[in-house]
Parts: sequence; structure tokens; C-alpha cells
Amino acid sequence: MKITEKEVRYVAGLANLTLTDSEIAKQQADLDGILEHMDRLNEVDTSGVEPMAQVLFEAGETATLRADVPVAPLTNQAALANAPQPGAGYFKVPQIIER
Amino acid sequence: MDIPSLTIDGVRQALLSRQFSACELAAAALRFAQAENPKTNAYLHLCPERAMAAALRVDQRIARGEDPGALGGVPIAVKDVIVTKGVKTTCGSRLLAEYIPPYDATAVIRIEEAGGVILGKTNCDEFAMGSSTENSAFGPVRNPVALDRVPGGSSGGSAAVVAQGTAVVALGSDTGGSIRQPASFCGVVGVTPTYGRVSRYGLTAFASSLDHIGPFARSVKDASTVLGVIGGRDPRDSTSAEAPVPDYSAHLTGDVKGLKLGLPIEYLKQLTSETGDLIARGVDRLKALGCQVREISLPATEYAIACYYIIATAEASSNLARYDGVRYTFRSPVSDTLSDMYRNTRGEGFGAECKRRIMLGTYVLSAGYYDAYYLKAQKVRTLIARDFANAFQEVDAIVAPVSPFPAFKLGEKVDDPLAMYLSDIFTITGSLAGIPCMSVPCGNTAEGLPVGMQILTKHFDETTMFRLADGFEKVQRKK
Repeated sequence: MKITEKEVRYVAGLANLTLTDSEIAKQQADLDGILEHMDRLNEVDTSGVEPMAQVLFEAGETATLRADVPVAPLTNQAALANAPQPGAGYFKVPQIIER
Repeated sequence: MDIPSLTIDGVRQALLSRQFSACELAAAALRFAQAENPKTNAYLHLCPERAMAAALRVDQRIARGEDPGALGGVPIAVKDVIVTKGVKTTCGSRLLAEYIPPYDATAVIRIEEAGGVILGKTNCDEFAMGSSTENSAFGPVRNPVALDRVPGGSSGGSAAVVAQGTAVVALGSDTGGSIRQPASFCGVVGVTPTYGRVSRYGLTAFASSLDHIGPFARSVKDASTVLGVIGGRDPRDSTSAEAPVPDYSAHLTGDVKGLKLGLPIEYLKQLTSETGDLIARGVDRLKALGCQVREISLPATEYAIACYYIIATAEASSNLARYDGVRYTFRSPVSDTLSDMYRNTRGEGFGAECKRRIMLGTYVLSAGYYDAYYLKAQKVRTLIARDFANAFQEVDAIVAPVSPFPAFKLGEKVDDPLAMYLSDIFTITGSLAGIPCMSVPCGNTAEGLPVGMQILTKHFDETTMFRLADGFEKVQRKK
């Protein structure tokens, strides 16, 4: 067993996901099989190998920065157009401090 | 006008000879798409107003005696993970069912500047996570070649509209094979360019170190024309490359003599006999054209799936954190506190595959596991890229299968996520190395199911990839 039910519930909390009991059971079974496959990486000798942080690191042309010129931002109205609950020019959310 | 057989050149000639106008073509293409779409569910929604406005601009250019543009009047579909201003962009997710973006992706802007007419948005696996388009919240796509089969994924809708003829070309996105595999399953051309070749500004992020935008088309030439339009540096995407975009069409001569090709031995031993036979026959045709073929070795291949599904899910768990009920349309109605709102919105909004990947990604990044999984995977990724760099010291291009098997039946693999992941083996390696790769049709199985051949070249050498694919396509069509 690579991952316990308790760990599945802990990871779901880290990921901000509400999962039902049946989803927890299914996740545990699926993750267990997948993580077992992932363990094959341990067969590979990676001593002295640099981790790849940028895939074009060794290619000739790599990403560069643009000129730092200000451009017009989205309007407040456009930015809020998709908000589930806009209000007074802001995104409204449920109460943050629990009493 | 016979819409399913249109090409970019054909549209151009018809417009310039006044055979039909761009508006007439757009109206006819929209009617055709509307009528044919129920067979496949490939389009999620059409955008007739936007399409007609774009077509009118092309007709006005022609009336003024100007050039209609490289894609002038061409009916185009766009995968619904690429944002379109004022046109719903759902990412195949219930979470974004009503999301209307306030801006256009750079690729969309460039297509319309070149005269392209965007007809609508195509169905896909939710947030591009899947290999069959069965993970869409809006129902699966059916393969137009065999309606009881999947079109592949995640860009299944874009592959299907091009195969069905309801668009001439389409944009898709590819993270681990999401353009090449559906192209192979539907019998069309699909291109994953070099990482950085096409701006991702406006592509909904899945795994940022692996995401690409690329074209689908019914010919290599049309695909190369679209890449010529959308490729090149974009100041709004710092990962887009400065490398100049060549005129690919000048290289599509049919002459591939003397090209040195590599066949990866690690891939060939994993094939079902029919796919393997078709690829072998394709390789024979390339030899007959004067290519020199030799076997090569990519020894890290067997670790690619594990490496990919660690890196891709880790990045996805981070990228999908933004869908929390604050900004993007959907919020769970049953939450009294902020943290409950986050959790319930995500629990109710994401489908099963997205949840699985968010969980896996969160796990591999969590305290105590980061070094064992994520860091290890990044080192293995270096080895996979090194395999390709070594191979390209000896060969100009690599020829390989796209998928171990042709299109499978709807529902056949949904219950076994690991089996679905393992089927991505031949496409994932090129994605991890960031090199250009494409699928070009290589014949059909006895049952009539298309099989694609994959061509991979070194960073920014799409020219050799297109030249070889075009030479192959020309003999393949004569046969």
C-alpha cells in the first residue's frame, strides 16, 4: 500500500478539494496503482544529473524579457464580468474570520 | 462549394477569382457545421457573429484590392481551452460553463489578422486532461471515421472537425500528445511545434513547462501555413522564443532524398502488430524516396510515463488552484466560510480526472515527497532530453508511431486511468524534450481505422519535419 486513506484525506485538504467517501476510496485505489508505477524512477541512476527547470536551457534561442512599457490594464468592469458575486467594484466572498 | 474538401490554397483561389465571397463561405460553413455537428459533438459552440464579422473584413480587403491574408476566408475551429474575447471558453469544464473571456489569445489574434474565420470552439477533455475526450463535462466526442470510437484526446474536437470537414484547419493544444494522438486517431495532420515556438498567451494553463498550441489540418502544407501565422515571439508570453519563423512552404518540394532518419528500437518493440506493420510499410516508402534509415536508441523511454505524470500533475495542481469560486463564474452555493467555499466549489466543479491529477500533483509536491518524486522526475527529464540530443547528432529526424493502437471504443478504457496514461508513451517523450513533433497519416487498419506516423526533429527545426512529412504525404496519397 503506497498511500493510506488518512493520507488521501490530508492531500485533499492541501488541494482544497471536498471529496465524498466513495471518491476518497476510488482516489486511494487509483493513486496507489499510479504511485507504484512512479516508483520505477528509483531504478534510474541520476547521480550528477541536473534537474531540468527549463526545457530550452541548452537550445540556441531562449526566452527573453519584453520592454518594460506600461499598457492599459483590463477595466474594473471587464475584470469583474465573470465574478460569481461582484459588489462595489470588488470580488465578494463569504466571511473570512470565523467567530 | 464542397466544404469538406476545401484547402487554404483552394479558398484563396476561389476568393480571388470571385467564385464565392468570404461571407458566402462563412455562412455556408456555419450551416454545414450546425447540421453535421450532432453526429460527433465536436463543436461545443459556434460563434456566427464573430465569424461573419471576420469574413466581412476579408471581403472588404479583397474589394480594396488588398491581399486577403495567408488564411484569408479560411474556416477555422479553436479548442475551447484557448480564450476568445466575448465568446464562451469552457475548457470542457463545468467550472467554466459560463465563462466569457475579456481578451483574445495571441494565436487567435494572429489567425484573424491573417484573415482566418473562426467558426467556433471545440470540445476537449476537461482542462486538456485526457487521451480520449471522454473527460469533457459536455459529453464525449465521437470519431467521425468510426462513430462508436473515441477521437483521441485531449484535442479530440479539433481533430474531429478537421476530419469531418466542418472546419478546414483547427487549433489544438498539446501537453503530452493531445494534438498528435487525436490527429492519428482521426486520420489528419497534427503538429506540436517546438516549446516556445507559439505564444501561449491566452492558452488556459495545464502544465506550463509542457503546454503547446499547434495546428490540425488535412494536409502538411495547410498545417505549416497555420504554424507560419501563429508562430514567433510574443511580448506577452515570456516563454515564447525569438527564433525567426521560416517560410515552410518553400521547403515542401517532395524531395527528401538523403535525409537521415532514426527508428527508436525502444518504441518498435511495444507495438500491436497492425500499427507496427503500417509504420514499417511507411518507413519502407521513406527508404524508397531515398532516406537513409537506421535504428537508434532512446534508453530513458521506459521512465517517460512516470516522469511526465509527476511533472505534469505537479504543475497542474498549481495552475488549477485559481479555480476557487472567487473569479471564474462557478461558485458552490452551499458554503458559509471562505475555506468551505474553496473546497466545495472545487469538489463540485472538477470532474474525476482533474481531481485525480490535482491529488497526484499535490501529493508529489507535498512535504517529504518533493525530492523523491518531483526532483527525481526533473532529473529523469534531463536524461530523456539528452537521449534526443544524442540521437540528433546522428540523424536529421526520428520516425516513430504516435499511439500503440488505433482509436478505441468509447468507454473501453475509462475505468483504468493507469492504462490510459501508459498509452501516451510515444508522444510524451518528445513533449518532455520540448522538440517539434507531428503526426501524419500512415494508412488504415483492416477495420478502416487511421494510424499516424510521428516525425520528430530537433528544437526549432520544424522545416525538416514538414519537408519529410510532406514528401511522405505525397507518396502516401499516390498509393
